[in-house]
Amino acid sequence: MQAPIRIQVNGEAKDWRGGATVADLLRELDIKAERVAVELNLEILDRAMFGQRSLKDGDRVEILSFIGGGSF
Amino acid sequence: MADDRLVIAGREFKSRLWVGTGKYKDFVETQKAIEASGADVVTVAVRRVNITDRSKDNLLDYIDPKKYTILPNTAGCYTVEDAVRYSRLARAAGVSDLIKLEVLGDEKTLFPDTAGLIEAAKILIKEGFIVLPYTNDDPIVAKKLVDIGCPAVMPLAAPIGSGLGIRNPYNLKILMESVTVPVIVDAGVGTASDAALAMEYGADAVLMNTAIAGAQNPLAMAEAMKYAVWAGRLAYKAGRIPRKLYATASSPIEGML
Repeated sequence: MQAPIRIQVNGEAKDWRGGATVADLLRELDIKAERVAVELNLEILDRAMFGQRSLKDGDRVEILSFIGGGSF
Repeated sequence: MADDRLVIAGREFKSRLWVGTGKYKDFVETQKAIEASGADVVTVAVRRVNITDRSKDNLLDYIDPKKYTILPNTAGCYTVEDAVRYSRLARAAGVSDLIKLEVLGDEKTLFPDTAGLIEAAKILIKEGFIVLPYTNDDPIVAKKLVDIGCPAVMPLAAPIGSGLGIRNPYNLKILMESVTVPVIVDAGVGTASDAALAMEYGADAVLMNTAIAGAQNPLAMAEAMKYAVWAGRLAYKAGRIPRKLYATASSPIEGML
């Protein structure tokens, strides 16, 4: 068990466990990976990388998906 | 109309009415309105997932990406940097390279910042995006967008959400004659006649959101728009009669008493 970390997810602080991956975070948040784009510290991640990129203290994660809108 | 397909960058589209997904009461209404419109291209925005309230449904649970072409847009982007960032995120979230590129000039008019639009389009085209730019009814800008590699252009009829209809039909007509790529009139449509008119002028498709979602009865308006786009397209292909100041009798004089 690694030391707890604090990350930012969609602008909100979140206490999280060190060493966990982006895929772990999505699972914890009940978000389907195939429906979202993830930006880690301004870098857009390939979906294939979700399970490999682990998060560290101070990381900023943005999780985005499609919503209603457009040519309002 | 079955053989009258719209083709953009090698992709075939059945419907010449494209619709947005904003401003509906809920996802069920969104789904029903899209169904009633007959549209097969549906534009969506890209935003943060609500991570605190996960009870909210996902739009794509209601709009099947296998049935519809999902066209992400960069609505709400006022800078080249933001538009490029959102385009990349849209590609990462979705399955295609299609992007409806919007670089907006200001909040009051939501007119496109055409200089920024061209700049962003160049960057994205280099990255392999199929850029469908939301632009002004300016034929010169449209030509520039085509020159840099946009496979279609999407000029406005009037400000987004204004419902004013086609404010500058002559510019739009010149624009359509100036470019060799499909022209999709995007934004400003208020009612069915506006959509029909756009198609009669020679638009290849019409994209709208508020005119349907904001109508008293969105489902009925969606259906009206479907027929308006059909009628306008058919009339354009049929070729209208020239306008004349004076009457021309349609009944023969012969045989009169």
